[in-house]
Formats: sequence, C-alpha cells, structure tokens
Amino acid sequence: MNASGRASLGWWLLLLPAVALVLFFYVAPIVQVLTISFTEPEPGWGNYERLLTSEGIQRVIFTTLRICLLTTAFALLLGYAIAYAITLASPRARNWWILAVLVPLWISVLVRAFAWVTLLRRQGLVNNTLMQAGVISEPLPLVWNEFGILVGMVHYMVPFAVLPMLASMREIDMRLLAAARGLGASRGQVFRQVFLPLSMPGVIAAGVLVFIFSLGFYITPAILGGGRTLMVAEWIALQILDLIRWGLGTMMATMLVVAIMVTLLVFSRIVDLRRMFGAGGR
Amino acid sequence: MKGHALSLRRLTKRYGDFTAVEDVSLEVEQGQFLTLLGPSGSGKTTILMAVAGFVEPTDGHVLLDGRDITPLPPEKRDFGMVFQGYALFPHMSVADNVAFPLRVRGQSRADRDAKVRAALDLVQLSAFAERLPKQLSGGQQQRVALARALVFDPNLLLLDEPLSALDKKLRAELQEELKALHRRIGRTFINVTHDQEEALSLSDRIAILNHGRLVQFGGPGELYERPRTRFVADFLGKSNFLHGIARGPDAAGMLLETPGQGIHVRFVGPVHMPRDGGPALLSLRPEKITVLNPGETAENVVEGTVRAFAYLGAGFSLVVQTAHLGEIRAVLPAWQSPVAPAEGLAVRLGWAADAAVPVEEDAP
Repeated sequence: MNASGRASLGWWLLLLPAVALVLFFYVAPIVQVLTISFTEPEPGWGNYERLLTSEGIQRVIFTTLRICLLTTAFALLLGYAIAYAITLASPRARNWWILAVLVPLWISVLVRAFAWVTLLRRQGLVNNTLMQAGVISEPLPLVWNEFGILVGMVHYMVPFAVLPMLASMREIDMRLLAAARGLGASRGQVFRQVFLPLSMPGVIAAGVLVFIFSLGFYITPAILGGGRTLMVAEWIALQILDLIRWGLGTMMATMLVVAIMVTLLVFSRIVDLRRMFGAGGR
Repeated sequence: MKGHALSLRRLTKRYGDFTAVEDVSLEVEQGQFLTLLGPSGSGKTTILMAVAGFVEPTDGHVLLDGRDITPLPPEKRDFGMVFQGYALFPHMSVADNVAFPLRVRGQSRADRDAKVRAALDLVQLSAFAERLPKQLSGGQQQRVALARALVFDPNLLLLDEPLSALDKKLRAELQEELKALHRRIGRTFINVTHDQEEALSLSDRIAILNHGRLVQFGGPGELYERPRTRFVADFLGKSNFLHGIARGPDAAGMLLETPGQGIHVRFVGPVHMPRDGGPALLSLRPEKITVLNPGETAENVVEGTVRAFAYLGAGFSLVVQTAHLGEIRAVLPAWQSPVAPAEGLAVRLGWAADAAVPVEEDAP
C-alpha cells in the first residue's frame, strides 16, 4: 500500500464511529421496519395491497395530505407576513420580532396543544367570549376536528416557515426596492414584481420544510383531533400499540418515509437543498 | 433642447441634530450636465436623493421647470436614475430590466419591445438582451442601468456615483461614453461623485459641497482657475497655499507680503479680495510653476532645494523646500525640465503673476 493509500485509510478509520452509529441506530431500525412490513402477518405485498383496497387507509392518507397542504398554505401565508414585517423593521424592533417568533419553539408541543384545547373547547375562552358578545348563540365546534388540528399545527409551524423566508428576504438588496420606485413603480408593483420573486426561494424552502414536518405530526393532531380525525402518525401508533398490527403500521411508516423522500427529490430539482438547510451561504 | 430645468431653493435636510444639507440653492438649465462634487459626508447624495424624492427635505423646495415637485413621491417624478452599484434586478434578463420602467407604466408589449431595443442599441448591448445581469461585466451592467434609466424618456437623468465601482481604465472609457450620450440625447443629467477628474471632464456645471453646504458653483474651468476657498482649491486638483499679508489690493492685483519676500499677484476675473494689511492666502497650482534656466527670470522667483521628486512618465513632480514659503510642489512636463531632478539639487522656481489666486479660509 502506498503512502497516500495509508493516509486515506486513516481518514476512513476516523469516520468509522460515526458510520457505525448511523448504521446501528438509524439504518438498522429502518431496515427492520421495512422487513416487518413485508413479513407480518405473512410474507409478501399483502400490507401494501391494502393501500389500494382499504377505504379506511385511503381516507387516513387523504385526510393527512389535506391537512398538511392546508397547514403549509396557512403557515406560509402567516409566516410570509411576519418575515416581511421583520425584514422591513428597524434593527431594534427586528430583535424583538425574532424573539417573539422563537419563544413558542421553546415551549413543549404538549403544553401548546392543551393550551389550544383550553381556548377552543365548548366552554373555552373563544366560545365564551363570542357568546357573551352575542355574536353566536351556540358554541362553535372549534376543536376535536380538522379545524382544531389545523389551528394547532399552523401555530406550531409558523416559526419554521418564518425562518427560511426571513433568511431569503434578508439577502434581498433593499436598494433594489428603492430603485424600482425610482423607475416609476408603485409600492404594490415593487412588491409584486421585485420583492416577491426575489423571496421565492425562501417560500419554496419554507413550504417543503413545513410540509415534510407536518406529514409526521403526532401529538398535536392526537390531542386536538380528539381521536375523531386520524392522521397518518396517529394511525400508525394505533395499529402498533392498540391493535398490534405491526405489518400495517410499518407499511404506513415506510410510506411516510417514501413520501418525504419523494418530496425532497422533487424539490431538489427546483431549489438548492443544501442551501435551504443552511449549508454554505451563497 | 429636450431637457428640463431644475432648481433647488434653500434646500435643507436635518436628521435629528445632524444637518446633512444646509441651505443649498442652485439652478440647472435645460440639457446641462451638473455634477455634485464633494467628499463623503458632504451631503451630495442626500441632495440627489431629495431631487429623486427618496429624501423629504426638512426645508426648501425642488422645482422642475418652475413647478414645485417637493411633495411628489419618487415614482411620480419620472426621473431616470442610475443607482450606486446599478441595482439591476437579478431575477430579470437585461431586456426585462430595461423594460421594467415601461411595464410599471402599463405600456403595451409592442411599444415596450421597440423602446427596449432602441435603448439597448443606444448603449450597444443589443446582443446581450437575454442574459442575466450577473452574466455581464461591471461595465456592461453599468450600461444596462443607463439604458433602463433612459428608456422611458425621463425628465431628468440622475446618476449616483455611476462609475465608482469600475477600474480606472474602464472608468475613463465610460466617462467618454457618458459624455457622448449626454450630447446626443440632450437631456439634463445630474451626477454625484467624489472623483474630481470625473467632475471636471463630464460637467457643464459643478457644485462643490462640504459639510452639507454649497461651497462654490460654476463651470469646471471657472472653479479650477478661480477657486473661492481653500477647500475648493484643494479638492479640485492640487494646490500650494502661500500665507502672508495683503498689500494694496485693487481690481488689477496685489502684493502678498511674506516674511522673506513679496509675491506679485495679478487678478484675472473676479476673485475674493483680501483686505489691505490683513492676512491673505494664495492658491498656486503646481503645474503653473516652472523650473527656471540659469539667467531666466519670471514675475515671481523663489529659490530652494529639491527635497523629493517623482517621475510620472509624462512629467516630474517635485517637492521643493524654500527658505520662506515652506514646501512648494511643482509638476512640470519632462521635456520642459532644464535639469534632471535629484534630491538636494538647488533650483529656482518661477511663476507668472496671474498664476496664483487669493482664496478664503473655509468657515469651520
């Protein structure tokens, strides 16, 4: 073996602990999940056939997709407005804004979900206030349904939508906006023709991030859905923990991983993923 | 003339306690090329931004052809503007960048295409219409910015340090192009720069600013030959300054009495007139001083020794130590120098009586 060969072997040895860690704790369990999905209760494609035949499974998948798409849309909309305000704020105000966006991230998702239940339930703050104000006569069904899930998920996701969009907006040269106005564009035209297109990479990154996160959401839908609206993650837990149907549960888990990979693959064609997740500045 | 006239009336801009522009009034005639010249922090960019409508003056007015436009927002002024660093839209092709001012004015596609083509022809960039700005060189980007600023037939063209990002050679080239363009289209141009050579070569009128005040306003030759204050003489080109006591100034000239000798000054045109017997300051351009041959004489002669010199190719730059006037700088063409300069060499410097101009000390 020549000198450079020995040197590179040394480098590989240094990587070994990390590789072992990934293989043991990450790859092995996934392979096991994949194996179970093809072997339980009997070997073959049986579990995957259910995707095409079982209306229950299809309903769970469509509910999940619908909620995730709606969550992404609302989180992007709200997040864009916040990121835009932060971008244009004075440096002092900007720090407070960012703090306000980040604080919810440090509060347990469980606490936040129960907080929403308190606010949205039949005798909750929202319904009570509206009834006392005489706006409604009957409490609105605000929780233990898709609406409740949506509120909780959007609330959780907004910071994740804000941060990539904020990063992308901060890169926009503010002189371009002044230039556009100097060339005769109204404020609205400046936003539509200059700011919005230049912030699109951030919007796409935020959209992918939020959508992928939402697909596997468990605690928030479980608490705010009240067991009546099932999303994929809760359905998997149900299969494995309550119904002891490992085959179906792992099949769905595999599908979840596949869905995430496909989403990433599609968007990696559109945007630079490495940049999206923060690797390398420009 | 197709251009428009612009007046600034007592323009003032304060930011809290800081006064960026103080009481600046000036007039630009139709089709003129005005340069606002000054060091950084002199208020020149603030004035341009007030003309463009980005800065709201604390006091005073901006008038276009006699009409007060001070309250108009930038997009209503119809001024073309070339921004510092060009501010080309990175997500649009060159053609789309140039079409932008037309698109926001709601012009039809057919009108737009013809005008964009004409504007790109004007700056010789028709072949690059489909490129993105980042695929162009600095000089090409600068020309795209020019085309974009001119495409909608603006009332005025405003240029914010348009050449500062380019290297020296390219800058000289684009200076010539800009000047030719100005002559060809006959619009009123207002340019901001800190580069005195650029100001001298491009402008019909130069406004020299310092600490937010207008120090002197006039044609390039007038400003160079008859600077009003020490700052102008120093900022626009280089200058020697000679201190002394003024003796008997009248319309024709005066004598500057220094500890060692008297310096004869003949006035050409109106100048700042020092008081008889009071302190006076003379500005003397280095290139107006010659090294005298033995036996040759001049209206003013000073002896000294060469303390330092530099060979500049086309000429020599000398620093001569004199007995009474301190250090004097002289720049002379190499072919005119009677001796090869060397440190310690004794030389006689001479200049004509009309070479030096009395200037004021600047207000602090």
